[in-house]
Amino acid sequence: MTNNNSFDAHREDFPIFSDLKDAYLDNAATSHKPYSVIEAEQTFYERYNSNPLRGFYPLSLEATNQVELARDKVRGFINAKSTKEIIFTKNATESINTAAFSFCTGNLKRGDKIVVAVTEHHSNMLPWRSAAKLIGADIEYLKCNNEGEFTAEEINRCIDERTKVVAVGIVSNVTGRTAPIDLIVQRAHQAGAVVFADGAQSVPHMKTDVQALDVDFLAFSGHKMLAAMGVGVLYGKEEILDKMPPFLTGGEMIDSVTLDEVTYAQLPSKFEAGTLNAAGIVSLGTAIDYYNSLDIEKIRQRELLLTKRAFEGLSAIPNVHIIGSSDHTDHAGILSFTVDGVHPHDVSEILSSDGICIRAGHHCAQPLLAHLGVYACSRASLMFYNTENEIDKFISSVSTIRQRMGYKDV
Amino acid sequence: MYNKSFYNEILIDHNMNPIHKHDIENAVCKLDGVNPSCGDSLTLMLNIEDNIIKNGSFTGVGCAVSQASADIMLDLIIGKTVDEAKEITELFMKMIQGTATEEEIEQLEEAGALRDISHMPARVKCAVLSWRTLSEVLTKQLK
Repeated sequence: MTNNNSFDAHREDFPIFSDLKDAYLDNAATSHKPYSVIEAEQTFYERYNSNPLRGFYPLSLEATNQVELARDKVRGFINAKSTKEIIFTKNATESINTAAFSFCTGNLKRGDKIVVAVTEHHSNMLPWRSAAKLIGADIEYLKCNNEGEFTAEEINRCIDERTKVVAVGIVSNVTGRTAPIDLIVQRAHQAGAVVFADGAQSVPHMKTDVQALDVDFLAFSGHKMLAAMGVGVLYGKEEILDKMPPFLTGGEMIDSVTLDEVTYAQLPSKFEAGTLNAAGIVSLGTAIDYYNSLDIEKIRQRELLLTKRAFEGLSAIPNVHIIGSSDHTDHAGILSFTVDGVHPHDVSEILSSDGICIRAGHHCAQPLLAHLGVYACSRASLMFYNTENEIDKFISSVSTIRQRMGYKDV
Repeated sequence: MYNKSFYNEILIDHNMNPIHKHDIENAVCKLDGVNPSCGDSLTLMLNIEDNIIKNGSFTGVGCAVSQASADIMLDLIIGKTVDEAKEITELFMKMIQGTATEEEIEQLEEAGALRDISHMPARVKCAVLSWRTLSEVLTKQLK
């Protein structure tokens, strides 16, 4: 036995739990923040506040240094080759928009094809659709089966010689299932397409090695991985980013500007127009320190154990259906479910009255729910700081829902 | 046994066994209402003759709050004049905003079962969906 319960001690690293008595099971929406992260953000403003990358005086140089230290921590966390490949944005959505518009306008032409997985969050679907419309490219959806799985046949069918981009989430925010990135990358590269991976639900929960995955782009948000809201990351392979035009233009992303000409800055500044959320970036660096102190492998094992407990509990309740795989190891901390005859809003309301926070609705993935034939659902999403007691409380509350809504189940 | 939730018997009964959830053929007034925050939708059908709401019904998909609210609303307004229905709608909106008096809530009869919504901002849109649709029919479709 690993010392699974030793994780319970880490709850004390999170100030919110000294007040919040509710079981917080909405971690796929955002995670809580440990003291160290909150302090790092405050310390930036108390000791280093000045505009990074601009001033020549010591304070600004130190602010720059703080941002660049965080950039190197992010690089290390996902094993990118160079800090030139780490671009800071305001969230994963901005990272995706940056890549979609910049890559597509620089590399695609009318009649090219962009493949988007049907499982995607709207944020990894709509930017590609807008870019496709702008260029006259076609969109084709990579479909999953009822278990949320992409088969090799479907990958081979969907990605063809006309395909220039494949956009896919590593972990679905609805089914929690991990996509076969190796198969997708292999097929896409064979066809001459790049792979854009949305890591919003994977980077906080499992080891990410962009060189081993060989994805061309990766986007994720800081706030889902213990850092402050307002910071996202776009990773891209240097040789690809280098040839892409900037997305946002403005301050601090140029080498020189005359009235007629502009020379853009080198990577990563080319994609970082305007003042960055430096304090938030520093907090992301500190969040990564926290992850490293716990070891992301151990975090994953802990979350898989909690997932198993929740999965088995939900599966045993009559009239409750888990969306996606029937194997709990495929759920990576995310369990979406329906309760027969009870609308997800009512499910969420009842759980809320029992002190349990979950998400209800379409989870910004309406096309996926339509594809799976589900109108809307409820979702519990876990983080290592959740406890077995919280899972048990959640299960026991779900088991009372139908009765409380007037059904005469025995 | 359980923590108290606001799902009381009246609400649950109207959700489980709605009286007015069905189609009306040849309905004179018919309007779709959508709750944009969740995608729930409802179609309200009314037959109004001589300024009196003779018959009414609804169809659609939604949570218990939206379904019960629609069913209770139709109970209250069927047989009433258009002006009376408008007054009841105004009272209901006042109750949801938390500004209605006890006497006013009493006038709303079973709709008073939804009074706690005034403390539940996330559910206001569910509760008012049918009433908002009714109000649109009465003020815009009837000239």
